[in-house]
Order: sequence, then C-alpha cells, then structure tokens
Amino acid sequence: MSAISREDVAHLAQLAHIEMSDAELDKMTGELGVIVESIASVSEAASADVPATTHPIALSNVFREDIVGPTLTAEEALMNAPDSVDTRFKVPAILDGE
Amino acid sequence: MNQIIQLSATELAAKLRAGEITSVQAVQAHLDRIAEVDGGDRGVHAFLHVNTDEALAVAAEVDAIRAAGGADAQALHPFAGVPIAIKDLIVTKGQPTTAASKMLEGWMSPYDATVIEKIRAAKLPMLGKTNLDEFAMGSSTEHSAYGPTRNPWDLDRIPGGSGGGSAAAVAAFEAPLALGTDTGGSIRQPGAVTGTVGVKPTYGGVSRYGAIAMASSLDQIGPVTRTVLDSAYLHELIGGHDPADSTSLNEPVPALVEAAEQGASGDMTGVRVGVIKELQGEGYEAGVQERFNESLEALRAAGAEIIEVSCPNFKYALGAYYLIMPSEVSSNLAKFDGVRFGTRVLPTQGPLTIERVMGATRAAGFGDEVKRRIILGTYALSAGYYDAYYGSAQKVRTLIQRDFDAAFAQADVLISPTSPTVAFELGSKTDDPLAMYLNDVATIPANMAGIPGITVPGGLSQGLPVGIQFLAPAREDARLYRAGAALEKLLEDKWGGRLLDSAPELSAATTGGVA
Repeated sequence: MSAISREDVAHLAQLAHIEMSDAELDKMTGELGVIVESIASVSEAASADVPATTHPIALSNVFREDIVGPTLTAEEALMNAPDSVDTRFKVPAILDGE
Repeated sequence: MNQIIQLSATELAAKLRAGEITSVQAVQAHLDRIAEVDGGDRGVHAFLHVNTDEALAVAAEVDAIRAAGGADAQALHPFAGVPIAIKDLIVTKGQPTTAASKMLEGWMSPYDATVIEKIRAAKLPMLGKTNLDEFAMGSSTEHSAYGPTRNPWDLDRIPGGSGGGSAAAVAAFEAPLALGTDTGGSIRQPGAVTGTVGVKPTYGGVSRYGAIAMASSLDQIGPVTRTVLDSAYLHELIGGHDPADSTSLNEPVPALVEAAEQGASGDMTGVRVGVIKELQGEGYEAGVQERFNESLEALRAAGAEIIEVSCPNFKYALGAYYLIMPSEVSSNLAKFDGVRFGTRVLPTQGPLTIERVMGATRAAGFGDEVKRRIILGTYALSAGYYDAYYGSAQKVRTLIQRDFDAAFAQADVLISPTSPTVAFELGSKTDDPLAMYLNDVATIPANMAGIPGITVPGGLSQGLPVGIQFLAPAREDARLYRAGAALEKLLEDKWGGRLLDSAPELSAATTGGVA
C-alpha cells in the first residue's frame, strides 16, 4: 500500500469539505502517515474466503405499518437553523456568480 | 462530605422510598457537591451544563407524589427521585447538547433520545450534561472543545475518555448515576481509570436513538455507576426494544438485577473464566498486571475455573477498528454542514458558495482529532483503497467474532485488564495520536463483535485505579453482572470497603470551587 502524500491529504480534505491551512496539511500528512502505516497489516489479515461483517448482530429487515408517526413541526425543525426564510432553510448559493 | 452523596444509587433509592430523605434533598446535595468540586480553577470539570431548575422541579414532583401516597406513589419507578448525569453526546430537550464540539455550541435538541424519555418517565432528575472528547473521539476527554475533565484521584491526570465526564462525575460523588456511550471503550476505559463501574451492553440492547452517531455499527449507550448493582438497575431501566432504532434488538431485557444480586454472594462455583492470552503482557503496566493476577486468584478461591483462551486475531483489532470507525465517522459527520443546524462560518474572502461555507464551517467547528478521523475515513472509503482497507477491516471483524465464538465455547465469561495503564498525566499523549489509540486495545474487540463488557474496580497501582474487564457472549449481559458483582464483593471484602473510599478527599480548597 502506498504512503499517504500531502497531495492525497489536500484532496481528501476537499472531498470532506474541510478547509485546511498549509501548516495543517503538513501536520495531518505526518500524523496520517504514521496511522496508516500502523493499520496496513489489516489488509493481509484475512484471506479472500472470509466473509465481511458489516453489522455485529445479524438482523433481518423489519417493515412498520405505513402510518405517520410523531414528526417535528417546521418551527422545531428550523429552531437551530443558521438561516431560514418562512418555513424553509436558507442555503448559500450553489454556484458562484448567480 | 455530605453522607447523601456517598450512598450508592440503590441505597439512595431505598431511603427515598422509606421517606428518610427527600429527592429535593438528594438533588440539592449533589448540586452543592458540583458547586464545590466541579467549577474551580482546578475543578473536576465533569459537567458542561448543570440543569439546576429542572432537576429540582422533577425532585419536588417525586416528593409530592410520594407524600400524597396512593396509586400514583405505588406506580413510581423504584429509582424515582435518584439524580443522574447525562453524557453530552445524548440529546435532551430543554438542555443544550454540544457533543463537546464548537460545531454544536448552544444547540438545543428539538427531541429527546429514547433513553432520556425512559429517564423522564421514571422521574430521575437530570443533574446536567457531562464532558467528553469531541463527538466521543478520544481516550482522555482532552479533545473536548470546552477543556478537559480532571481525574478525581489526581487532578493532574486524565479521567479516561471519551466519557471522562460521566466517570469523573460518579467518582467525585457529583452524581450517583450517569449515562455513557461506548464505541471502542468510552464507558469502560474511563470507568477503569476512575475506579468506577461501567457497562457496554450487547449491541442493540439499549436504543441508540438520540445518541449523536459516531460509528453506528459500534456505538452503544450504557450505565456508569459506582456499584455493579446500580449499573444493573440503570441498564434495566434504559434497555429494551425501540422501534425508532432499526438496530435495536426486539427481545426482553435480561434479568440483570437478579444476576447482580446472585453474584453479590461472591460464589463463583462452576463459572468458567477465560483469561485472554493476547490481552496481557507486553504493553500492560506491571501494576495493572499484578492487580489483574490478584483478581484471578480471588475468583479461583471463590470457586471459578480459570482457563486460558487464545484470540489470535485480536492483534488486528485495533487496526481494523481505526478503519471501520473513521469510515463511519466520515459519513455520520457529513451532516454538520452549517445549513440546517449548528455553527455556520462564512469564508473571510471570495464567493459565498455552499461549498466554501461548508469548508469554512467544518474547519472552524471541528477540532483536530475529529478532522483526523474524517480524513482517515474518507481515505479508507476512497476509490482504489476501499477493498484493501474497509473491505479487509470488515473481514477482520468476522475473524474477531470467530475468536470470541471459540473462546466462549470453553468459557462462560472472559476476563482481561480494562486498560493497559492507569490514568496518565494531562497533556502527555495529546501530540501522539497513535499512543492515545492504544489505550483502547483491550476494549475494542467487544465493540467489533457486538458483545457486552463491564469494568469493575480491581485495586490501585501507584495510588491510581486499575480496572478489570469481563466480556460475555452477545445477549448474555446477565453473566457480566453475576461475575462483576462477585469480583466486586470478593475484592471489597479484602479491602474492607469500596475502592473509592480510599480516594483523596476533594474539596473547595483543592479545586478552587465554592465552599
């Protein structure tokens, strides 16, 4: 497995929507390198025939009756919103310049 | 120290029912203790929010119902009026919930977690919200955005984490009961280093609805107390099926109080206790190993059959955990985007697009450890690495479950030290993420397999508490209470009292609080 580079971290930060300064990227690259190195052995632990476990206790899907249960009012849903208009969240512009 | 706050929750509940103490007196005694030891310059700082008015109002309501007598008084929960502290990862109406993050500073939940609804229904006054590592990510509570909690045994040391606030509150007699959450050890490791009891129930045994999700396939809410019996009562209160949590087990809560009472006889005849070979030796402090060996001797003398079991794949558990957990973190924390709730930070220059607002918000709102885990998880899930990292880690999860299956074919319960070390000094590991991660080496396997675990006090090393962990098969939480209560009884007989009786006295003078 390849080492994690500064460019990798910058790209990951962008994917994760976290702005990072140059100093933060440097620090994070070093720390992640150590962590990734220490966990790399995991990829050699299991052979191809071992099934993956996604959930610790096996459960089968359960359907509930299609009945409306308790829901938040618009006022409750908006009470912590940084910005809202009437009964809606106000979202910053999706595209620049429009 | 006021005698009311030294009572166990079970003892306090009995005195409330007998009318010897009122709930208002009990709540006030704990609020006074919080004022005395929590807030000063060198205060314990277990609480992020103290819920004075509501706690006293609920207490007064319980007192009025008891005083009136009749059917309403008869219908009260046995623990009605016993105060409780809540880890600030669990959402509560009427009190702020911050997850110890700037991202949720001042956030007020519009709904209660299911466990909070149960606590309200049983009328346990809530004393407030306790400190934690930000979004429960850490082993020392030093990653809280609102400052660390101090260990009541030594105010220069960590109380463990992420639930250091709940464990310290209980250890410092600021609350008889608390709730925690355990993703990789966040109930058990703080319990170990503060000399208290903590239980991670079987995955799905307690509803997670309203616990702010960190890693959904690993997270579990559980009790934090000073005695095994208190944990059993609290576990029975918060446990059970919840349609609002799709991973909740649709099964009755086991008879945990009964198991704890049975264990309190100290008799372990016929119980097979498996010592996990891989969870001792290198990396475990000598003092921890000594207390562990003494516990084994005490159990053997009480009739337990001590055998050694091997779990060879545990050596991969920490690595697999640090792939699965951050992967789930990166997904679960995507919702903190500054749009619908929580902090919004605008970029200082350039266009105000949603993408740039998110980037600025998450940069300012999250601390370093949260960012590290989000980036690590994003990496583990990214194209080209998914099979090698996340896929392999899920296979390791299967191997760990198989190790446990084989071990439980030979033993009724497994035993290990809860934490490889006693509480370390504040600041000593904050610059070394990997050293911090190693604190959970003994607790992580249980979360990976979904099985329950308990920590009980095992004595002192260098004057600091050592924890002993029992593990049981999924759905067999009762076995933990039987074995945990037995060891508690055996060791307390040897010590001539509770371990916390030997903790240094905290006062306004030592903490800078209000006398």
